[in-house]
Amino acid sequence: MKISMTVNGKTMSGEAEGRTLLSTFLREELGLTGTHIGCDTSQCGACTVHVDGKQVKSCTMFAAEADGATVATIEGMANSDGTLSKVQQAFQDHHGLQCGFCTPGMVMAATSLLEENPKPTEAEIRHHLEGNICRCTGYHNIVKAVLAASGQEVPAVAAE
Amino acid sequence: MPKDGIGASTKRREDLRFLTGKGRYTDDINLNGQLYVHFLRSDVAHATINGIDTSAAEGMPGVVRVFTAKDFEAVGGLPCGWQVTDKHGQPMQEPKHPILAEGKIRHVGEIVAAVVADSLEQARDAAEAIELDLTELPAVIDMKKAVADDSVKVHDDLTSNLCYDWGFVEENKAAVDEAFEKAAHVTTLELVNNRLVANPMEPRVAVGDYAAHNDESTLYTTSQNPHVIRLLMGAFVLGIPEHKLRVVAPDVGGGFGTKIFHYAEEAFCTFAAKQLKRPVKWTSTRSEAFMSDAHGRDHVTKIQLALDADNNFTALRTDTYANMGAYLSTFAPSVPTWLHGTLMAGNYRTPLIYVNVKAVFTNTVPVDAYRGAGRPEATYQLERCIDKAARELKVDPAELRRQNFIKPDQFPYATPVAVEYDTGNYHATLDKALELADVAGFDARAAESKARGKFRGLGISNYIEACGIAPSNLVGQLGARAGLYESATVRVNATGGIVVMTGSHSHGQGHETTFPQVIADMIGIDASQVEIVHGDTANTPMGMGTYGSRSLAVGGSAMFRATEKIIAKSKKIAAHIMEASESDIELKDGQFTVAGTDKSLAWGDVTLAAYVPHNYPLDQIEPGLEETAFYDPANFTYPSGTYICEVEVDEGTGKVEVQRFTAADDFGNVVNPMIVEGQVHGGVGQGIGQALLENCAYDADGQLLSASYMDYAMPRASDLPMITVDHSCQTPCTHNPLGVKGCGEAGAIGSPPALVNAVLDALNRNGHDVAHIDMPLSPSRVWSAMNK
Repeated sequence: MKISMTVNGKTMSGEAEGRTLLSTFLREELGLTGTHIGCDTSQCGACTVHVDGKQVKSCTMFAAEADGATVATIEGMANSDGTLSKVQQAFQDHHGLQCGFCTPGMVMAATSLLEENPKPTEAEIRHHLEGNICRCTGYHNIVKAVLAASGQEVPAVAAE
Repeated sequence: MPKDGIGASTKRREDLRFLTGKGRYTDDINLNGQLYVHFLRSDVAHATINGIDTSAAEGMPGVVRVFTAKDFEAVGGLPCGWQVTDKHGQPMQEPKHPILAEGKIRHVGEIVAAVVADSLEQARDAAEAIELDLTELPAVIDMKKAVADDSVKVHDDLTSNLCYDWGFVEENKAAVDEAFEKAAHVTTLELVNNRLVANPMEPRVAVGDYAAHNDESTLYTTSQNPHVIRLLMGAFVLGIPEHKLRVVAPDVGGGFGTKIFHYAEEAFCTFAAKQLKRPVKWTSTRSEAFMSDAHGRDHVTKIQLALDADNNFTALRTDTYANMGAYLSTFAPSVPTWLHGTLMAGNYRTPLIYVNVKAVFTNTVPVDAYRGAGRPEATYQLERCIDKAARELKVDPAELRRQNFIKPDQFPYATPVAVEYDTGNYHATLDKALELADVAGFDARAAESKARGKFRGLGISNYIEACGIAPSNLVGQLGARAGLYESATVRVNATGGIVVMTGSHSHGQGHETTFPQVIADMIGIDASQVEIVHGDTANTPMGMGTYGSRSLAVGGSAMFRATEKIIAKSKKIAAHIMEASESDIELKDGQFTVAGTDKSLAWGDVTLAAYVPHNYPLDQIEPGLEETAFYDPANFTYPSGTYICEVEVDEGTGKVEVQRFTAADDFGNVVNPMIVEGQVHGGVGQGIGQALLENCAYDADGQLLSASYMDYAMPRASDLPMITVDHSCQTPCTHNPLGVKGCGEAGAIGSPPALVNAVLDALNRNGHDVAHIDMPLSPSRVWSAMNK
């Protein structure tokens, strides 16, 4: 069936079977490979996107369910002038990524958190990111990056 | 001094693509006319294959071909890269490791058949129509049962399930036993180093391609070492010479060791693409990863420490059963032996050591190197045993360690287990960690915890590891079937920019940022003028890849040597142009000057002259400015450190929470502190995961119980604390030009014993006489230990 949606501000469409997941549709049909697939049990969060403004693991939705929806993926997160968004920039500044595979999902989840809760505590950040697994960073610098993106003071726990 | 030189926390340039969805991982590659393979994997651990009926599957929509083992009769098995010699001087038992199961199935997840179809869904649907005629056999999972005389055999053609019985150093055994007889105190500890799954967030992927017009095969794969895959797969499995085989590993989403090895799926896709004359792609699901990625750890150990009346360590002996799984993965035999036994001296002066390791075949997924590989297993048993000794002797665990440390003036220090530590200062990292962890304030924090009904405990661990792997002539004597040098080609372009082609390959370590920092420092140009090329055998020199914290120590040293050659040649050119003696030429801040004069030439003037050699010493040197170096290290490097963990234990539930974690490491010189600290954070995160959460579990029939993130407890953001890291204690490596030691594995090595020691401290301080709990320290295990 033909599926259409607004992705990162552009109307895009492609073919999907009834069983095609949104994550697969974005990657294979629309060529948006920034959304990653890290598991098959909706546990890792690498495929996190925003659907109609809400944070969603795109492997938990069929593409057909997103027909007509407004979707934001990592490819659409930078500022319109091409510079990194506040969250993206904070991840680079605070070394909140290593291999980069969980990163798109982390950025989408962190962006969503700050929209809901502009000044989260460290505990709130950790709680919000529970659905996104990172194997590289021990989350230390991810938490720092989100604190920094929210304009809060970043704890100096490293001998930097 | 250029900005972004050695010592600068330069932000990573690779982040720009990773943060915007522009990373190019293997699964992002799709080729024209590409087919998809779905592997039918065994759901039983041990069985005889009587027949495989693929006829129905072959008729299903979109199916191009179904492969079974008979299609691979002319193809070799997956090779093992290390042959261990046992304590009797005999080579290890080495079974064939087929691409697809041949006649027998030996572990859950083993590939029985492969369906190639136009779409993945079609391949998956068709695989369900394959009929297997199997006779199930009893499985052997427990290592001690596997080596009993009456055990089921994993491989009928081997004499037993014992791969090897290794003694190290065998000649020391009698003296070690004698020291134990004379000991004033002996501490004995039996423990399990739990089986883990590395779980890089990017699952493995392989895309095979074949060009008939020039008979060239290409494999795109998720690998830490594309050249190693090319060599192993080309020479030993498929019989393709290197010049007809290209292996590309683009952006790699984490590895932690499990992407070192050559896997069946890589050989399958390369082979099938040539057979079918179309690209063939496989993308692992996470469930497949759990039952096909090489697992890690899985040692069962008894360790004994002998002390004299003054609490000096006099001898150490350990007996370990190491699980190999059903087949030997690429470097599996080396992990419990040369990466484990050689580290049993730890940071201590113990004069006599004997290590026995029995490597055992079982009906489980093959086990191989995982972050630290052998060194975490050595550190865990040693640091747990020392802690137990301190409790038995009622002495301060930090002071017992300090008393037995190798002293700063004793380096280089030859251990009784065949390695020579070049440098170190264990007293310094211990003092630094005690200070940063505010151990002095512990009692007040414990009282505060107690007021909230929680038990607080503090645990210390030291570690030593051997990195910068490794001197080729030494590892050759020890059974390695490969050299362990690294390579770099430094290409200076006419206008002065530099491209470095390296055999090292980043899978998250940030080489594209740190490697240019080194060259920027040497030449005095901006790091932005240097670009790194890696991960493609077609455009990089033969290299051994990235693992064992070796990239900067070995690959960086190769780059350093090649850059030295570049500088030497460019000085010759500068001397000619400035009509000066070569010995008077200095290069600083990207300027060539003649000592004692005001003559100078910019870096770019000289590089241009190399390619436009009008005024050039053509009678002495060739045009161009490109040099290659292969660096083979003279020794391992020996990073070390002290880790301190502070936990709270809930008496009612047994739940452990890590409250504080402090890591004081000695990595020698540090190129990019930000990246080094990130490596420690990640390693500690994995170590805490091992100690508290992760466990790869099989039932007695060989069913894998933890085959998804629903069952295998990965550390989440809420499980980990902020981590205090320090790398100010620096004793630079003496034998590589950068003085660097490696930092990738330290966190995963030093943290599990610190955490377990902390939990036991919490329990024992609060009236629970518990000598040991095996990892992971789940609430149920801790509660049970308190309520036994």
